[in-house]
Amino acid sequence: MAKITFITTDDKTITLEGTSGSVMQLAVDNSVPGIDGDCGGVCSCATCHVHVAPEHIEKTGAASEIEEDMLDLNDYSNERSRLCCQLEISEALDGLVLQVAESD
Amino acid sequence: MKKSALPDPFEEARVNKGYGEMDDQNDPVTMILGLKDLRKCAHNWKTFQSGAAPGRIVIPSEVNIRDTRQIPFEVDPPEHKDFRALVEPWFKRPLEADYKAVLTQQINDIVDEVLTEDSVEVVEGFSLRLQSRALTLLLNTPYEESETWISWGTHVFRSEGEALDGDKANILYDYIDERITKAIESPGNDLYSMLLAATVNGKKLTREEVKGVMILTFAGGRDTVINAVTNSIAYFAEHPESLDRLLNEPDITGKAVEELIRYFSPLTQMGRVVTEDTQVCEHAIKEDTRISLCWASANRDAKVFENPNDIVIDRKINPHVAFGFSHHNCLGATHARQIMNILLTTLAKKVKSINIVDYKENIEELGEFKRKVGYDNLTVKFNGR
Ligand code: HEM
Ligand code: HEM
Ligand code: FES
Repeated sequence: MAKITFITTDDKTITLEGTSGSVMQLAVDNSVPGIDGDCGGVCSCATCHVHVAPEHIEKTGAASEIEEDMLDLNDYSNERSRLCCQLEISEALDGLVLQVAESD
Repeated sequence: MKKSALPDPFEEARVNKGYGEMDDQNDPVTMILGLKDLRKCAHNWKTFQSGAAPGRIVIPSEVNIRDTRQIPFEVDPPEHKDFRALVEPWFKRPLEADYKAVLTQQINDIVDEVLTEDSVEVVEGFSLRLQSRALTLLLNTPYEESETWISWGTHVFRSEGEALDGDKANILYDYIDERITKAIESPGNDLYSMLLAATVNGKKLTREEVKGVMILTFAGGRDTVINAVTNSIAYFAEHPESLDRLLNEPDITGKAVEELIRYFSPLTQMGRVVTEDTQVCEHAIKEDTRISLCWASANRDAKVFENPNDIVIDRKINPHVAFGFSHHNCLGATHARQIMNILLTTLAKKVKSINIVDYKENIEELGEFKRKVGYDNLTVKFNGR
């Protein structure tokens, strides 16, 4: 079980609990605004873009090269950006705080 | 070579140079072939623009057959963003439960119907009908409208043997004009009426702008969906084991949809007009010439995709660009994905196997490249479970 908090672009805080699957799926299943998950989690759409809270970078680790390439050309990405379909829910993510990224 | 395979004609050029070249009505095109380069160019709308003369970014060029600017397709940021914001909620409706339920019913019905037939010509007899009926949902128009669209046949823009045909395109343009007039006289809940009532930046959309959006919705959503559906039937005919997998592991359906669309890349390429002298892959590109973003080639880039020429039905990481990339990514993708998702689920449930009886491939001629994009016709027999 992991508690994961999303801060939306209009500063609402949504805390969800998940046990398995991707963080994107958890957000989509609970209609977190700004996380659309258009491609179903195969790293093709970038509609699951989040910024990891600075103090939690260790929890999530770094993006893969393929994910990095997607983020490189995103106008709203920074060094704490992740595509949350690539984050697998586990105990290790308990307490994680994610800021939903802006998009066009 | 399997009948359902779509070979990659771009590999050698992609690996050796990164670009290809084709002429098109004396307005040559440098084709960008690698995934990374393509993404960079797609993102860089200042140098590679969409808002050029109407029809110029389409290959083959339509500059000589139309003056209507397609919206949001032929508009660049920042105006592009306002048009997208206007239409995006409408194009997300396929995610709603009611929409899904009706679409599921439509697809169930047509699959049941073809299961009773001795043989079916898939392009006209299945894909075109499925696509047209589904489009009534996206436009929120009466189901009966689909009969008209089906009667146009698959080639609403061209006559037999001719790449572009202004007269034929007029059938569609006249039809849309007539529907816009109707929607002005008695507004309803359809896309025409929504657009006619809309304002962007405090200004009402003009009739011409409404027409631009509607033409694009018809044009962009027609051959693409027809090819995706037809090619899927050919694939399952040669891979009945994939139907079994989808039945037993429905969780992979979403991944299967993305993988089929990557492999088929129903839209081969789309152009951009170059606004300043520049370079791609160390190749000089002149101002006021064209490049193309070759989605079909990028989707086979071995630097990114393992076994790019195989359909890996549950491919987990699949950063394909079949729906485009960056600002202009496909507005109809939600609708197209929903069609494919329901189609795969329905086929897996009802169909045991498919036999290919006869087929003729549709080969695009793109300068030095010839690409199979689908079928002119594909006759099959569907066998039920
Ligand atoms: C499998 C089916 C489809 C594929 C592979 C596909 C592919 C694409 C691609 C690659 C683009 C980007 C073009 C560019 O960057 O210049 C695009 C844009 C677009 N597509 Fe699709 N498409 C599909 C279905 C649809 C459908 C069903 C519709 C609507 C009924 C649609 C409407 C559009 C529109 C309006 C745009 C322009 C968006 C913009 O410029 O902002 N497409 N499509
Ligand atoms: C007014 C707008 C458009 C017109 C008049 C138009 C015209 C045509 C014509 C004439 C063809 C047949 C070409 C041939 O086979 O020689 C065609 C095919 C096609 N178009 Fe368009 N097009 C338009 C917009 C679009 C857009 C926006 C998209 C996608 C985003 C698109 C996607 C396709 C695809 C995938 C094919 C199929 C290629 C094939 O199966 O051979 N079209 N279109
Ligand atoms: S859901 Fe598409 S990239 Fe994450």
